[in-house]
Amino acid sequence: MLLEYIPILVWICLTTGVAAAILLFSHLIGRKRPSDEKLSPYECGIVPTGDARTRIPIKFYMVAMVFLIFDIEAAFLYPWAVVYRNMLFVGLIEMGLFMLILLAGFVYIWKKGVFDWED
Amino acid sequence: MLEYVLITVIKSLVILLALLLMIAYATLMERRVIAHLQVRVGPNRVGPWGLFQPFADGIKLFFKEDVVPSQADRAVFFLAPGISLAAAFATFAVIPFGNEIQLFGRRIALQLADINIGLLYVFAISSLGVYGLIMGAWASNSKYPILGGLRSAAQMVSYELCLVFSVIGVLMISRSVSLSDVVASQSRLWFLILQPVGFLIFLIASFAEVNRLPFDLPEAENELVAGFHTEYGSMKFAMFFLGEYGNMIAVSAMVTTLYLGGWHGPFLPPVVWFLGKVAALMFLFIWVRGTLPRFRYDQLMKFGWKVLLPVSLANIIVTGLILALID
Repeated sequence: MLLEYIPILVWICLTTGVAAAILLFSHLIGRKRPSDEKLSPYECGIVPTGDARTRIPIKFYMVAMVFLIFDIEAAFLYPWAVVYRNMLFVGLIEMGLFMLILLAGFVYIWKKGVFDWED
Repeated sequence: MLEYVLITVIKSLVILLALLLMIAYATLMERRVIAHLQVRVGPNRVGPWGLFQPFADGIKLFFKEDVVPSQADRAVFFLAPGISLAAAFATFAVIPFGNEIQLFGRRIALQLADINIGLLYVFAISSLGVYGLIMGAWASNSKYPILGGLRSAAQMVSYELCLVFSVIGVLMISRSVSLSDVVASQSRLWFLILQPVGFLIFLIASFAEVNRLPFDLPEAENELVAGFHTEYGSMKFAMFFLGEYGNMIAVSAMVTTLYLGGWHGPFLPPVVWFLGKVAALMFLFIWVRGTLPRFRYDQLMKFGWKVLLPVSLANIIVTGLILALID
């Protein structure tokens, strides 16, 4: 059972190793002549002003929350989809009810304007 | 046991080498095809037809100065491109490239790991790509990268839902989450024909997932300079691009596996069919880039949530109804 996952472990170790090797070698090989101007943040050539980490529009949090809800729905849908052909109409009605509850919330946030970014 | 591990390591090395070569030539293909779409010639000086161009670029990037901005969070700044690259490559562990072959008297499956949760693994890993992007943006501590990183996080999260939902139809027909089973159930009929709507949604959402035009808002050049990788140079910049092209190939391979019959095809060997389908999809990616303009951000969010998501949910219900009536 767990034996199937050994190739994944090998593969992930390998790709991570490659990534680390590239980072290390380019850091070692590349020449370094730092200057204050070169290391300052890029702002189209003008002198940088203020901190970049300012407050973030609330919309991004809203999208993240809606994503979480639907991602959980997806997690329920996967096992359901695999065994669907053993349940057919029963499964369809059950999942339909579950989806309707989520869709009610979806319509609500739609009407509340979570997906409108014009302002 | 030892032999199994040894074969796995050799297979991994071969696949890694092939993947790096494919990415190198994907960059060349993109530059040449875009050039011809725009009635230019493109890079054709380094070697015949510019075939050595990717290597020249790679060597050049290795010798470039490794700039770390003074206000950056150093550890995260180094980690981000690594995560981007590793997450993009990790997908290939479960993709079936072909059926079993005989080599040195052993039967070798042309798939690294045939796990029974293949598709879930792919989605779990591909979500990790967002971290590389947003960590790079945050660590840069510069205004354009942070704007680009925020946008892309919201975009990828929104379109990932459509991606995940559009595949449900395929799973309902194939009755398995294992990618080799999905390919096996397409031996006679591609899922493209049984699931045309799901295919379209998957394709559109995957364009958004890999941040390609018309969804390349994270790095919208004319508003955000270069988006999340504005402050990156040298090989770290290249690693973001290796990751992006790796993702493109991964997504093409996923579309091939899920909808275009995987390695199935007449006459030619399976691996050739697989690579051909992936190459065709890569060409589509480039063609779309050469043809379509970029979405506005509000259009992008509206399209994802108000059109793609409801349609993908409807696709599940309709597929369920048809299956219930047929079976």
